[in-house]
Amino acid sequence: MMFARIAKRFAPAPDSAGFTLDVEFEAQPGVTVLFGASGAGKTLTLDSIAGFSKPDAGRILLDDQILFDAAASVSLRPQDRHCGYVFQNYALFPNMTVRQNLAFAAERQPRLERHRHVAEMMERFHLVELAGRRPHELSGGQKQRCSIARALIGSPKVLLLDEPARGLDASLRAELYTLIRALRADFRIPILLVTHDLEECFALGDALLIYDSGRIIQSGPPLKALDRPASPDVARLLGFGNVFDAEILALDPGRNTSRVRVREREFSATYFPGHLLGARIVLGVRSGDVRVHSLPGDNRMPAKLNGVVEQPRGVRLEFEDSLIADVSRYDYLQQRDNQDWYLEIPPDAFRLIGKT
Amino acid sequence: MIIDWFPLWLSLRVAALATALSVLLGIWIAYVLANRHFRGKEFVDALVTLPLVLPPTVLGYYLLVMLGRVSPLGKIYESIFGGPLVFTWQAAVIASTLHAVPLLVKSSRAAFQSVDHSLERAARTLGASEWRLFWRVTLPLSRRSVVAATVLAFARSLGDFGTTLMIAGDIPGRTQTAAVAIYDAVESGNTLVARVLVLVLSVLTVGIVYLANRLEHRQPAV
Repeated sequence: MMFARIAKRFAPAPDSAGFTLDVEFEAQPGVTVLFGASGAGKTLTLDSIAGFSKPDAGRILLDDQILFDAAASVSLRPQDRHCGYVFQNYALFPNMTVRQNLAFAAERQPRLERHRHVAEMMERFHLVELAGRRPHELSGGQKQRCSIARALIGSPKVLLLDEPARGLDASLRAELYTLIRALRADFRIPILLVTHDLEECFALGDALLIYDSGRIIQSGPPLKALDRPASPDVARLLGFGNVFDAEILALDPGRNTSRVRVREREFSATYFPGHLLGARIVLGVRSGDVRVHSLPGDNRMPAKLNGVVEQPRGVRLEFEDSLIADVSRYDYLQQRDNQDWYLEIPPDAFRLIGKT
Repeated sequence: MIIDWFPLWLSLRVAALATALSVLLGIWIAYVLANRHFRGKEFVDALVTLPLVLPPTVLGYYLLVMLGRVSPLGKIYESIFGGPLVFTWQAAVIASTLHAVPLLVKSSRAAFQSVDHSLERAARTLGASEWRLFWRVTLPLSRRSVVAATVLAFARSLGDFGTTLMIAGDIPGRTQTAAVAIYDAVESGNTLVARVLVLVLSVLTVGIVYLANRLEHRQPAV
């Protein structure tokens, strides 16, 4: 397993605002996803672990080895850290063939073992037919397989993947996910994966670290984060399109229900443990959970349609007061001529994301 | 009249040796400038560039002062090799090397620094020592620029006149290189000798520069 506490400060410069990274986390064998917007410090975290960037303070442990300890002035060279790093641009050596790229990574091993190991990895990652090719003769997916195989050949203690799905089309992306799941099963090491793709978090993550401006604002299993976002910021990053201030009017733990006031209207919701009557809370509703109607009814609020945005899997309806509903194209076509719009929020769609 | 080809052979020999020396020296300096951070780095860079811009006679004078029979370096050389360094063909090699080194340092440094950073990082995470990283990744990826600079350095060495004259002199059959011999021939009215040597040197250098350009602009084979 791996532990990291990393603090690094970049002073503001004339052409850039300052930036402070201050994170602490543990990574177990399995996939830990570092999720957040660009510039949140995810790649800087990987670089600090790999030894390319020296934190101002903190400590990085990998298994029982200290990679970095500011207090003790320990900072191992990247060569001695045993981190497999898969770069965004794959970083395959253009002057070497696929086989030579792999062999380069195996040179620390004894000669006999080296050949066997390279051959095994070529087999494992379906690179045998490509052995003699140079990187510029490979497709994106092939480059990626080669790059991952190369990173794993030295038996690293942690695998760092920097936005591995970037620039891959949907089918290659699916292939990559299958590959990473297989790696998770075969190599019992922590895999740190940087992404700003929400779906990737849920497709691959055993654990999720949500980054925002240099800090981790929530960590834990992905589904838990989705169920209980720690803050409105997390909710926003997790794609909760709708955030409401609410007041608890009634609580019934026996039936697991409650009544809340949202925007001057009463709604049914699930029970909120640990909160009292009259408490003011913040509720989030994922845009995909909102249903649209032409008539009023239970758990519905009127809304004024501002715009319609076509999306690959449906239609996003944007309403006044920043309300968002993602509906299927079929639902939208049924209702496109509505005079009035009413948004229905099912009771179990309300997610508690904090107190006001 | 019989043309003495000795100056031409001497020039080729001096240029070849000077090129070899300047490749070793130039790549080393370029590597240090590209990879190490130290105070006065850009001053070193400026110092290395100096031979490109100084008048050759000034450079020659410096060398005379530094390597002359009364200088410490000159005395050390004399005690080892049993004879003075100045006014020998070896001195011409030093003069030419000095002229060729900046060409190699300039292009090699730029080439080393333009190698994709992530490749060097990748090599390090894969356990490669700095030495192996340089020989297996950085240098192979910069070789086009380095080879082109080497060819230019050879041409530059071949044509050195002022500095060579100052430190190696104009001793026919011993230190008289082609460039110096041309000057000598013109001075003494040997038009034919001058013309032949000028022609040979011109063809040679045009060919070399053409080759250097081809090497630098050829479609990457990698």
